[in-house]
Amino acid sequence: MVRSDQPLVERMTLVWHDWFATSNEDVGNAALMIEQNQLLRANALGSFETLALEVTKNPAMLLFLSGVENHKDGPNENYGRELMELFTLGADRGAYSEADVRELARALTGWDADWDDDAGYVNFRFDPERHDTGVKTLWAGSGHAQTGTFDWQDAVRLCLHHPMHAEFFVRKLWSYFVPTPPPDATRASLESLYVSSGFQIRPIVEAILAHPDLYAADAPMVKPPVVYTAGLLRARQRGIDVSYWSWLGDGAGQLLFHPPNVAGWNDNGWLDTSTIKGRWDVAWYALHPDMPDGESYSTTETPAEALAKALAHWGHPTLGAATVAELQHFAETALPAVLASWEQSWLRAMRQTALRHLIATCPEFQTS
Amino acid sequence: MSCCNDYTRSAALRAVAGRGLPAIEPGMPLPAGTGMDRRGFLLRSAGLALSVYGAGRIAGGALEEGIAMAASTGPAPVLVSIFLSGGIDGLNVLAPFEDPTYLSLRPTLKVSGGTTFSEDPRLMWHPAASALAGLHGAGKVSVMPAVGYTHPNQSHFTSRHFWEVGALDVQARTGWLGRYLDRVGQPNNAIQGLSLQGQLSPTLATTNVAVAATSSADSYRFESPGVWDDRIEDAMAASFGRLGTLPSTNPILGQANQAQANAAILSSQLDTLPPPGAGAAYPDNDLATRLESLARMLGAGLPIRCATMDAAGGYDTHSSQKTDFEDGLKATSDAVAAFQADLETRGLAERVLVHLWSEFGRRPEENGSAGTDHGAAGVGFLVGTRAAGTMIGEHPGLGTLDEEGNLPATADFRSLYCSLLEDWLGTEAEGIVPGASALARYAVVK
Repeated sequence: MVRSDQPLVERMTLVWHDWFATSNEDVGNAALMIEQNQLLRANALGSFETLALEVTKNPAMLLFLSGVENHKDGPNENYGRELMELFTLGADRGAYSEADVRELARALTGWDADWDDDAGYVNFRFDPERHDTGVKTLWAGSGHAQTGTFDWQDAVRLCLHHPMHAEFFVRKLWSYFVPTPPPDATRASLESLYVSSGFQIRPIVEAILAHPDLYAADAPMVKPPVVYTAGLLRARQRGIDVSYWSWLGDGAGQLLFHPPNVAGWNDNGWLDTSTIKGRWDVAWYALHPDMPDGESYSTTETPAEALAKALAHWGHPTLGAATVAELQHFAETALPAVLASWEQSWLRAMRQTALRHLIATCPEFQTS
Repeated sequence: MSCCNDYTRSAALRAVAGRGLPAIEPGMPLPAGTGMDRRGFLLRSAGLALSVYGAGRIAGGALEEGIAMAASTGPAPVLVSIFLSGGIDGLNVLAPFEDPTYLSLRPTLKVSGGTTFSEDPRLMWHPAASALAGLHGAGKVSVMPAVGYTHPNQSHFTSRHFWEVGALDVQARTGWLGRYLDRVGQPNNAIQGLSLQGQLSPTLATTNVAVAATSSADSYRFESPGVWDDRIEDAMAASFGRLGTLPSTNPILGQANQAQANAAILSSQLDTLPPPGAGAAYPDNDLATRLESLARMLGAGLPIRCATMDAAGGYDTHSSQKTDFEDGLKATSDAVAAFQADLETRGLAERVLVHLWSEFGRRPEENGSAGTDHGAAGVGFLVGTRAAGTMIGEHPGLGTLDEEGNLPATADFRSLYCSLLEDWLGTEAEGIVPGASALARYAVVK
C-alpha cells in the first residue's frame, strides 16, 4: 500500500482481509497468512463467487474457523455459521435459522490436514471419507428451500444465490467507501448489476467509486489506521524501512493479520481516546527520522514561516480554516516572550516538530 | 485453532452502539489538560478536597470542577465488568461431575479433580478456577450457574450486543452502564466510565456524559520527538485539546474531534497515578495488568464509577477446548483474586464489585473436535467483599435441555442488571433497563 502503483488493488485487499477476517492469533502460521493475503489480492476485483470458494478452502481459514475439524461424525458449526452471518447473508435479517447453521455445517464437512512437528499443519485436502454425503435441507420453510446432497461448493453457492445475499453484499461493500447507506434506487441497481454480472466485484466497485455520494464534501470517513500510516509514509516518500509499524498499528487499533475477531475491525469506531494515542505514536515515528536539529535550526523563523514549512512537510494536506487558525495561534504563542540566545534555535526546532505533530494528528487529517 | 477469540460484535451493530461519546460543544468549559503542568495535580482519595499543583494557567478550572464535583458527591460504588469473550462453557466451570448424562455428553471434556461447589454438591469447580472457588468459600462470590435469556441469539455479536445494551434490542445505541452514567455522572469526568481494553466498550456508550478508553494507565502521554521544553509541551497540549473542540457540523469529523478532546482530558487525569507495585502480587497476564492499574487509579482517588475490560483467554472453544479453556480460566480467576486481595489491602474492597459475564454458554453435547458449539445459558459471577455470596438462579441439571439441546437459563441478565443498579449502584432500574418493572430482582449484595 505504501509503494504500490495499484493502490485500488491494495485497498481492496485490505477490504477482503477485513471481510474474511482471519487472525494469525489462532492460525499461528505467518506463511499461511501470507498465502491467504495473496489469494485476497489475486481475487480483489474478480468474482466474489471465486473469492468465497477460494477462502472456504484456504488453509488459514480452514484452521481459523475449524474447517479441518468439521467431519461427518462430528460436525463443527464454526465456519458454516460465519459464512452466513458475516460473509454472505448477515445476522438478524431472517436470512437463515439455527437449523440452517447445522445443515450448512454438514455440507461443509470433509476438509482435513496433517500435523507436522516442524512445519505445523500441512497437506490441506478434501477427504471424501470425512464428508457427510447425506441429504441436507437449507432455508426450510422459506419460499426458496433447497434440498440435496450438498458439498462445500454447493454450500458457498447456496449462500450466494440466496435472495438476500445481493443486498448484503452491496450494502457491506458500499460501507467501506461511503459513510451513509446507499439510496434505495442505487442499491437496487447495484444489486441487479452484481447478480447479472455473475457476482463480479469490479463493476460494483467502479459504480461506487463513480457515485456522487463518495465525493460529498460533508461525508468524510475516518481513515483506517493502516491507510493513515501509509498516507504519512507516502507523504514523506518513505518505504517500509523499519518493522515497528506493525506494533504501532496495534496501538492505533489495526494490527494486520490480527483482526480482533472474525467480524473484522470495527470500521465505525476507529477513533477513541486509546487509538488517538496510538495514532499520535504512529505520527511520532513518522516524524522522528527527519526531526529538526535544534543545534543548527533557524534563529529567525517567524510563526507564519514555521506553519508553512510544517504544512509542506506533509505535502500540504487540505485543512479547514478553523484548524489552520488554531495551528497559526499555536505557532504565534508557543515560544516564550523572551528567549535566551541558545533557545532561539532550539525552541524554534521544537515548535516546528510540535506543529508537524499537531498537523499529522488533527481530526481533519484523520478523515478523508 | 479455536475459532474466533476476542469477540466484539458485528460492524452493523457497532455502527449504532459505539457512537455514544458526547459532543463537547463550543462554549462548554475548555477540556482539561490545557496549560496544565505535567506533574499537575494530585487528587487525594475520593470525597476529600482536590489538591491541584502547578496549574497556574488553566482556564476556568474546568478540570478541577469536573473531578471535584465527581469526588465531592462522596465515594461512589464501583462496578467492574469483565467480559469472558466467545461464550464460556459453564459446564466446564461448574461440572455436574457425577451425572451420567454429563459423562455421556462429555466423553473427552469431562472435568475431574476439582473441589465440590458447596451450595450445590452435584457440581464441581474446574481445578483451574481454584482461586475463584477459594473466594466463594470466603463468601465473596455469587455464582450464576445458568444465566442468560430465553432462546438466546447464537451469534456472538448479537448476543454480546444484547448484554452490552441490557436489552434484546439490536437497535439500541447506548450501553446499560452508559445510561447509568448519563443519569449520575458528570459531563466532564471522562474517567467515570473507563474501558481498559483499548477500545471504548459499548457497555459504556453514553448519550450525554464523557467516558474514556485506555489500554494502559502508564504511558498515556502525548509527547513529541525532541520536544522537551515544558513551555512548548504545555502549549502543544493546549493546542491539541483545542483542535478537538473546533466546531463541526459533520458527525464523523465531530466524532474525531470528541475523541481528541477526550484524549486531552484523560491524559491529564492519568498523569496523577502513583507508580505500580504498592498492592498485592498479581499473576502475569493482560487482565491482571489492567486490574492492577485500575486498583492504582481507585487508590489514587480517581472518580471511576464503571470500568470494563476483557477476561484473559478466549472461550469460543469449538475445538481443543481442554487446554485453551484451562489457561484462560486460570489466568482470569487468579487475576480477579489478586485484584480482590489488592483492594482489601488498600481498604477499597467495600466499594468495588466485579461482574464476570459471557454472551452465552455452550452446547452440553461436545462436538467431534474435542470442543463445544454455541449454546444457551452460561455461567457468570459477582465477586467482592459485598457480594451476597449466594447462588443466583440454580443449576437446571441436564434433564431439561431445550429443543436445540441447550441448557435453559435460570437467571435473566436483565434482572441481574436491575438488581445491580438498585442494590449496588443505588439508582432506580426503571429508565435504564427497559421493562424493569416487570423483571425479577435478585439478592446481589450483603
